[in-house]
Amino acid sequence: MKARVSLDIMLKQGILDPQGTTVERNLPSLGFEGVSGVRIGKHIEVEVEAPSREEVAARVEEMARRFLSNPVIEDFTYRIENGSA
Amino acid sequence: MARYDGRVKIGVVQFPGSNDERDAVWAIERLGGSAELLWHGDRDLRGADAVILPGGFSYGDYLRCGAIARFAPVMAEVEEFARSGGPVLGICNGFQVLCEAGLLPGALARNGGLKFICRPQPIRVENPSTVFTRRTARGRVLTIPIKHGEGRYITDRATLATMEARGQVVFRYCTPSGEVSAAGNPNGSLDGIAGVCNEAGNVLGMMPHPEHAVDPAVGAGSADGALVLGSLIESLAGARA
Repeated sequence: MKARVSLDIMLKQGILDPQGTTVERNLPSLGFEGVSGVRIGKHIEVEVEAPSREEVAARVEEMARRFLSNPVIEDFTYRIENGSA
Repeated sequence: MARYDGRVKIGVVQFPGSNDERDAVWAIERLGGSAELLWHGDRDLRGADAVILPGGFSYGDYLRCGAIARFAPVMAEVEEFARSGGPVLGICNGFQVLCEAGLLPGALARNGGLKFICRPQPIRVENPSTVFTRRTARGRVLTIPIKHGEGRYITDRATLATMEARGQVVFRYCTPSGEVSAAGNPNGSLDGIAGVCNEAGNVLGMMPHPEHAVDPAVGAGSADGALVLGSLIESLAGARA
């Protein structure tokens, strides 16, 4: 099967995200009051060819852990968008 | 590798996007060592006594700084060399590569103020007993240029405590008078950390550029970088004698 997978990679909670902070600080100047918790990360899409959905998940987790994210400072989440056989 | 003279030989890795490798070669030669560029695609250190990973923007710094360079063929050799005790110095982008490769603890994130910072920077020597700092002294303030956008050192508190106990924090950013404080910290690094080494002390990563401060006639007017590179050359010469 060939699956399309989306990954989101974010700085770990508690690590200063200066981009998010800067955007948050500037939202009120455009009239967007009451916005907080702004965080900025990366979105990555990949297509993975593997025998099963489980295998797709295993490969995505490994590539995310070893390459697409840096586990020292980042967390990742992913979702398999489709998985037609 | 045949040696044509008695000088120590330092290999300087050239990745696509490196831009300080020639300054590093020039600085090493000026300080009495010999230096040779090593190509990122070759699995060969050409008999180098030590390796420098230079500054720049390897592979465009795509994904994360150093994230792609760590998979370069030459890095397999650098990792083996480092793990067998060979001295490896990562400067700026080279520091980022060493962290990504797992040869040094921690990671380097976007500067706290988001700006790319390029200026002479005082740093304080915290550990003068490495092969890279033996010509310095504890507490000595060196002025060495920094030029980076992603130099905010981060690690978790438990790792930091272990590193402190083992003397792995080698340099800290400071004020000109040597005070480690928010005022002396240009990029928001944890505890002002500017350079760290591995547990064995043979791998050092630092954001400031010693190769840009070996001649008082240029740049910041400081030759303090010569103390770092000179320490390495002296250590290698001593090890060979």
